Amino acid sequence: MTDLLTVQNLKVSYPTRTGVIEAVRGVSFTLGKERLGIVGESGSGKSQTGRAIMGLTPKHGIVSADKLDFNGIDLLATSAKQRRQLRGKRIAMVLQDPKYSLDPVMSIGRQICETLRTHEKVGKAEARDRALAMLEAVQIRDPKRVFDLYPHEVSGGMGQRAMIAMMLIADPELLIADEPTSALDVTVQLDVLRIMDRLVSERGMGLIFVSHDLRLVSSFCDRVIVMYAGKVVEELKASDLKNARHPYTQGLLNCMPQIGESRHPLPVLDRKPEWAA
Amino acid sequence: MSIALSVDKLSVIYDHFHALKDVSVDIETGESFGLVGESGSGKSTLLRAVAGLAPVASGSIKIHGDPLVGTKRSKAFYRQVQMVFQDPYGSLHPRQTIDRLLLEPLAIHGISDSDTRIARALDEVGLGNGFRFRYPHQLSGGQRQRVAIARALIVEPSILLLDEPTSALDASVQAEVLNLLEQVRHDRNLTFVMVSHDLGVVTHMCDRLAVMRNGTVVERLTSAQLAQAAVTEDYTRNLMVASKGFVKA
Repeated sequence: MTDLLTVQNLKVSYPTRTGVIEAVRGVSFTLGKERLGIVGESGSGKSQTGRAIMGLTPKHGIVSADKLDFNGIDLLATSAKQRRQLRGKRIAMVLQDPKYSLDPVMSIGRQICETLRTHEKVGKAEARDRALAMLEAVQIRDPKRVFDLYPHEVSGGMGQRAMIAMMLIADPELLIADEPTSALDVTVQLDVLRIMDRLVSERGMGLIFVSHDLRLVSSFCDRVIVMYAGKVVEELKASDLKNARHPYTQGLLNCMPQIGESRHPLPVLDRKPEWAA
Repeated sequence: MSIALSVDKLSVIYDHFHALKDVSVDIETGESFGLVGESGSGKSTLLRAVAGLAPVASGSIKIHGDPLVGTKRSKAFYRQVQMVFQDPYGSLHPRQTIDRLLLEPLAIHGISDSDTRIARALDEVGLGNGFRFRYPHQLSGGQRQRVAIARALIVEPSILLLDEPTSALDASVQAEVLNLLEQVRHDRNLTFVMVSHDLGVVTHMCDRLAVMRNGTVVERLTSAQLAQAAVTEDYTRNLMVASKGFVKA
């Protein structure tokens, strides 16, 4: 298997008035055409890792790595222009909340066409056809109607499908999904995941799935990286989750209340300072 | 057992939208009652109607047998009933210290010895005195939700309305907050009405629950029935499947 993405010792830090905040402190992994889950609590640096790969770290943040390689391209050395060509075309990102991450003053269809026409030379009519086909691929029942709607006119689940359509229309090789279903209803979550699951396997792309829900991630991904305080504490196969060795991973697994279980009180994480060492 | 909260044929209409249609529930004193459903099902509207935050079109709400009229609520009502909101980032005043936030309900209700009460309230929710003079932005989400719970408990209510108290929190922090809520319920013999979209959380916390959809109650269950999957409605079954998580096709 050839590696699509190689990350070695990635660090993201933010200088502030009171000192440097190290959000990511030396993360390493490789990704082929597979699904990789990154799990952790808020503040563990999981989203920052995804954003650094995408090149979306804010200007004042400092990204450094021994190696950040995407298909032979050194992502740290690319110019802003090269980055723009990569972004959307070869690496795409699905964000958490469609309410905030879609352009509110542009119809959904136009936003999808914009992505396509930025990266490929296609005419208006063809772009429209392909956008409609893509909307159909994400199981929107009436693509023609949704094409002309604005983001505030659709539900959260529909908006998230539109965003997935937008991200997949240029056929990226790598998709980064940052909590793609956290803002959605439980019933809709499964639909969206199923669509992503199908499209990712059909098109054979690499997927990085960032989430705080360990169970969800392990049911969706092949491999899981668990992050705590900016570092990887454990990396394991999703099927081996039961054999997780790090107490933090075990804690994350146990703390969710389940139907048909009676555990009072629920086990809570006993955070040890050495985990963050 | 006496009925703590009785809702009879309650309807809520926003302009022309029927948010609640003839909903009736009875919740006993000391009970923990859950409301489940997806967004827009009216579960939060029911809580808001009880708290006087939604326009009631018809029906009645009784607290310990006393009927509530309109959306105006007396001070005595708020000593009985307190609410904890979903978003701990939006429900605390950003420019008031925790001390000030907790003083407010005491001042409103004219309760004396505020100093010891604030210290006790913070202690009860597991926050030390060190948090007392901080601002909300200096706290994490879980700590803020603890402050919101402390603020609700400081006037010693008998009924607590919980509107998705943990859905904005990390799974690991959720466990801590749920444990805290169970603890205070046990210590003070509180009545809980808890809204959540997570069936796991509701069955963990509540004895009985109602499943809501489109402003009506479609099914009433006990947690034990839910655990045995003795559900009659497809809708509830869908929710159960969803809560089990993703299964690869």
